[in-house]
Amino acid sequence: MTETSVPDEDGPLYSSRRKIHPKAVSGFFRRMKWQIMIVALAIYYLTPWIRWYRGEGQPDQAVLIDMANRRFYFFFIEIWPQEFYFVAGLLVMAGIGLFLVTSVVGRAWCGYFCPQTVWTDLFIHIERWVEGDRNAQIRLENAPWTAAKYRKRITKHGIWLMIAVLTGGAWVFYFADAPTLLRELLTLQAPFIAYASIAVLTFTTYALGGLMREQVCIYMCPWPRIQGAMLDENSLTVTYNDWRGEPRGKHRKSAAAASFGDCVDCNACVAVCPTGVDIREGQQIGCITCGLCIDACDKVMDKLDLAKGLISYSTLADYEASKAGAPQKSVMSAILKPRTAIYAVIWGGIGLAMIAALLVRDRLDASFEHVRNPPFIQLSDGSIRNGFDLKLSNMRLEPRMFEIALNGLPGAFMTRANSEAPPARDMRIQVPGNGTFEARVFVTIPGELAEDEGAFSFDVRDLSGTDAIAYDANFIAPE
Amino acid sequence: MADDKTRIDEATGTETTGHSWDGIEELNTPLPRWWLYCFYACIVFAAGYAVWYPAWPGATSGAVGGTLRDNVAVAIQEHAEGQSEWVDKIAAASLEEIRQDDQLLAFATSAGEAAFGVNCSQCHGAGAQGFVGYPNLNDDAWLWGGSLDDIYHTINHGVRNEDSDDTRWSEMPAFGDILEAPEVTDVANHVMALGGLEHDADAAARGAEIYLDNCAACHGEDGGGDPEQGAPRLNDAIWLFGGNYELISSQIKQPAHGVMPAWGLRLDDTTVKALTLYVHGLGGGS
Repeated sequence: MTETSVPDEDGPLYSSRRKIHPKAVSGFFRRMKWQIMIVALAIYYLTPWIRWYRGEGQPDQAVLIDMANRRFYFFFIEIWPQEFYFVAGLLVMAGIGLFLVTSVVGRAWCGYFCPQTVWTDLFIHIERWVEGDRNAQIRLENAPWTAAKYRKRITKHGIWLMIAVLTGGAWVFYFADAPTLLRELLTLQAPFIAYASIAVLTFTTYALGGLMREQVCIYMCPWPRIQGAMLDENSLTVTYNDWRGEPRGKHRKSAAAASFGDCVDCNACVAVCPTGVDIREGQQIGCITCGLCIDACDKVMDKLDLAKGLISYSTLADYEASKAGAPQKSVMSAILKPRTAIYAVIWGGIGLAMIAALLVRDRLDASFEHVRNPPFIQLSDGSIRNGFDLKLSNMRLEPRMFEIALNGLPGAFMTRANSEAPPARDMRIQVPGNGTFEARVFVTIPGELAEDEGAFSFDVRDLSGTDAIAYDANFIAPE
Repeated sequence: MADDKTRIDEATGTETTGHSWDGIEELNTPLPRWWLYCFYACIVFAAGYAVWYPAWPGATSGAVGGTLRDNVAVAIQEHAEGQSEWVDKIAAASLEEIRQDDQLLAFATSAGEAAFGVNCSQCHGAGAQGFVGYPNLNDDAWLWGGSLDDIYHTINHGVRNEDSDDTRWSEMPAFGDILEAPEVTDVANHVMALGGLEHDADAAARGAEIYLDNCAACHGEDGGGDPEQGAPRLNDAIWLFGGNYELISSQIKQPAHGVMPAWGLRLDDTTVKALTLYVHGLGGGS
């Protein structure tokens, strides 16, 4: 066709890119894309600036990935490294969510939500604002390099780069206190890794959104290929109703006009397409189902006093039904199918399981790792001592006092390295909020250890609350 | 062979190089452009690399002005500077002050653990569990005292080390030359009685007097030992050279004496302090 990036089946394996200059369009889907873009960009750029008070000495950023201290903060949730399964669960949900959405409304992710789509759309608007619409852009492209062309091109790339810097800049704010980091960035005191991250993301944003655009979707992204395998005759896709449009013809007043379908071959659908495909060739990998060609075609149909929907969102089944003159099935038939239900159940099941896990998760973690070298020590009075490396994590934000008590091992007592507390069967340890206490704990048995009596447990409990853990351990003595 | 005339080959549509051998012509299929540019870029890179780094051993020193060995030295220097805040604090504080400060203690303990692994574990074992003749540092038996200052002194000046004037020095006489063989047997049984080991009661009773005459001056009448002069305690369950009749009597007849380097002569004072706190924190420190 006239202008497509997708290589022909019979053509060469590698073809140089044909530059795409999408034409501006207005309509229902364009408005939807605007709204989604504004919401998506606002979430991305503004989230790090939301404050969330957690108490004295705790970070007050609502969403913060604190690598140095190994914490992930999300509003009222704090995730410790050992709870990373929550993040893994979210990623699994995101994956299945994509399957679910694809199953219901086709490639909606590609057309509206994918960062590649959102930023490319933004960059296309900038380009249009600086250079003019499609025709002006093509004229400028072919024009000799005059001062005006230099000025426009420099302005365009300058704004692109600025957006790219801001995009990379917003990213690093998720990993440190945003106001502090901004001050450091501006006074050139931020860590090197912050500048490096911004540089890399600036480059990728500029290259992917400004220069590569639809090539990312067509050549680089695996998702269109996976989605291709997930679509069936009940999936919503952008469909050209060729039974109504063909044979297409421009000259409505010519002799042949009587046999023409509704398509006037005005090429509006091709001109507005951000990936440069011709939807009239049918469903194809280059189509991200953004619906802009529907907006464009509906306008033309309006002008010609023809019914809208020559290009429409419909399923293959509807297309076949309409073609045969049968009534279309309801939209619900695209949604209510076993596959969708299965995805929804899995997705919802994982979501519920994670919420349940979040509600009952322990806010206390303790481990007593047996010192293996040496496994036991004989003291001068003949008693036997075992060492345990204690790690006590207070996963609540406020400081708490914990009691550790020996359960089992009659006659045994505990001491702590570098502590002057007298030997006892229990000890109390204050752990700061959102913090971990580490120490070596010694358990000593004064006499002989009876056979099979080595098993015992450290019972840890929160003196002010209900959190409790029994940590099973084993006392080792010479045979 | 060649007529130097290039033309388009009909069968393939590719240009020929103009080379022809007995009518067999060569098609001109050059390397892909990207490959060629990468190759040129590599040549440029190699030239720059040879100038930038010391490429000819001994002949060029490189524009970067240093070797990887120098880089390591710089990295070590930077690392030391990064730690200097803590190292300086440890140098300035007393051992007891460090022990009272959780953060300093944590830093000193892990520094001490690292230094222990490098310098001490060869004799005392990686877990400081000791071996026959090399004291276990986890327990509460200390030949020369288990307080912070005692341990610090022992590490600093070593044991029976001739290079240090303040070294820990004690030498038990070889009683094989002083006592008769049956007397050695008797006193060995007395020592085993003190330590709560199985023994010959008659021999132990006979040995008691010999012990008082020959051994009690250093080891104490009840076998309590004396850390001041490095006389091991005998009435406990810990036997440095083994706790049975053969090994104890052998130690009486011809005592073995352990030695330890004076680490103050080899390591800086901060490291010795860190080692002291690590050893003291192993559980037996007093």
